[in-house]
Amino acid sequence: MTRQWPQLRKQTEGKAVTLPNSYMEYPSRRYGMDHQWYEWSMLQDRPEVSWPNNARVAIWVNVALEFFPLNQSSEPFKAPGGMVTAYPDLRHYTLRDYGNRVGVFRVFRLLDELGITPTVSFNSKVAERYPRLIAEVVQRDWEVMANGIDMGTIHHGGLAEDAETALIDESLTSLREISGQPVTGWLSPARSESMNTLDLLAARGVEYVGDWQNDDMPYAMSTNAGQLYSMPMSHELDDQTIQLQYQHSETSFAEQVEDAMTVVYNESSACNGRIVSLVIHPWMSGQPHRIRALRRALTNVMRYDSVWSASGSQILKAFQAG
Amino acid sequence: MPDSRTPFSDPADPGLYDYWPWEGRPKLTWPNGARVAFWVAPNIEFYELQPQPNPIRNAWNRPEPDVLNYSIRDYGNRVGMMRMMEVMDRYGVRGSVSLNVAVCEHHPELIEACVSRDWEIFSHGIYNTRYSYGMDEAQERAILEDSLETIERHTGQRIAGYLAPALTHTERTMDLLAEYGILYTCDLFCDDQPQPVNVRDKRLISIPYSLEMNDIIVYNSYQEPPRRYAEMLKANFDQLYEDGAENGTVMCIPLHPYAVGRPHRINAFEEALEYITGHDEVWVTTGREIAEYFYEHHYDKAVASIAEANGR
Repeated sequence: MTRQWPQLRKQTEGKAVTLPNSYMEYPSRRYGMDHQWYEWSMLQDRPEVSWPNNARVAIWVNVALEFFPLNQSSEPFKAPGGMVTAYPDLRHYTLRDYGNRVGVFRVFRLLDELGITPTVSFNSKVAERYPRLIAEVVQRDWEVMANGIDMGTIHHGGLAEDAETALIDESLTSLREISGQPVTGWLSPARSESMNTLDLLAARGVEYVGDWQNDDMPYAMSTNAGQLYSMPMSHELDDQTIQLQYQHSETSFAEQVEDAMTVVYNESSACNGRIVSLVIHPWMSGQPHRIRALRRALTNVMRYDSVWSASGSQILKAFQAG
Repeated sequence: MPDSRTPFSDPADPGLYDYWPWEGRPKLTWPNGARVAFWVAPNIEFYELQPQPNPIRNAWNRPEPDVLNYSIRDYGNRVGMMRMMEVMDRYGVRGSVSLNVAVCEHHPELIEACVSRDWEIFSHGIYNTRYSYGMDEAQERAILEDSLETIERHTGQRIAGYLAPALTHTERTMDLLAEYGILYTCDLFCDDQPQPVNVRDKRLISIPYSLEMNDIIVYNSYQEPPRRYAEMLKANFDQLYEDGAENGTVMCIPLHPYAVGRPHRINAFEEALEYITGHDEVWVTTGREIAEYFYEHHYDKAVASIAEANGR
């Protein structure tokens, strides 16, 4: 997939374009960030964090269970992995649904075998359509994380606040009811937020979000409804980013996980823990030819001494305890 | 101020340099008989969450706030920078920093880390979300004056180099760089050696900065895996080292801490750095040092050779 440049609106050729003088003004040019959500801070300057049993690296595996509607909206853009062809795109609809029918069981079996405790993010539509999957997660005592309604329902700056409130309420209410869990973790579909998303989430008891990609560790975020945390839920090591977006091989995926683990492990210590986060899509890694690469990646991660496989909430609690 | 722009006289050719075939050039040599001048140029950038809109180019692919892409870039400043810097320290490589000037205000800790290592700082515009497209001369001058003043105030350095913000230019950019006494531009990718640039007044050279070895181009445009990036860097070096025995070359690795500084990618860079600095006839240097050396020892010879090649 060649990179596109959609941000180029038009060619300069033949167009007389001028910029207002406001283009030369920088109202947010000051110490720190250009918004109020979090403080500027370098990882190296933070207090040390210890994990239970002095583990060096917390392994945070997330399994993403997604529903891509056949009539997926492209407003304001299509989530990665979404429908491609003209309607009805049976080919991509079914390829994604493979994850919820077959791939997920292959992935869960592998996690059981390796003793990994994942966090499982659900589009609420998945929980409603496939209660069996919630049951599989709840009976293993794994944590359910909310991932909006479905992959065709994107939170974005053009969404009115009351409309977004309804989306968040629907997702959280449904998942809390079906799972019986408090559901305090949130991932936005396609990791897209509006200016209001964090406020709305914090007001509804969400304690952490996985959308932000700017850190290796959790950090506090402020909202007008109190504090929540950003948790480092890796988009760059995500199986879908590497194998669908970048089109790297499954072998390369396993190597990249291995390389990340080596680096983070070497940077960690018993008194200063770090996190390796992996996001797995059963429609991607649950395919027969990819599951062995996932096995290789996860086996490698777990073979280190003093790693701690834990859920998002467990990692956040340990982080808050210092 | 009136717009004194003189558009490129031939719209098909910027006219910024003359054709100068590789074969037949006078021999370029580097200090201590090095074959390759090797420099690493980290881009330390700030992307605004909600920048002023530019009519030609959107800052973000997604509707604002583009939380995903904003935070991917912010990673470089919070985490990636120090990881990258530690690798460079290990191999004794000083960076030549292509700086979004507003980082001086937003993140002075990063500037301090560079200055304390005797790294070079040059300008990469004010923000990477403010584009030169559509700027009139006064506006473009304001960018350069801001760059010169702010960087000098925060680092004590007078900038020697320029990489246009997000690689956005106007037809007068090169003329203005020369006028303000900037020694080199990183914006021209047509050669493996420094090149005189045709400017209205004074002198300017281009120093090879390399899009092909740029981590963002490799990872986001070519979408190569990290281990392949290490192979590409080593192959690029091997050829420039071989050719450099005949006529000196420049190799640059342009970096972005938000890309190279990810845990799954840093080893590829380290592998390449270890390989390159393990060779004897390499001058590990900075953009400013390359420019100053070139002006002193080769600029006049290059100008004469170009004139001859073009029948002047």
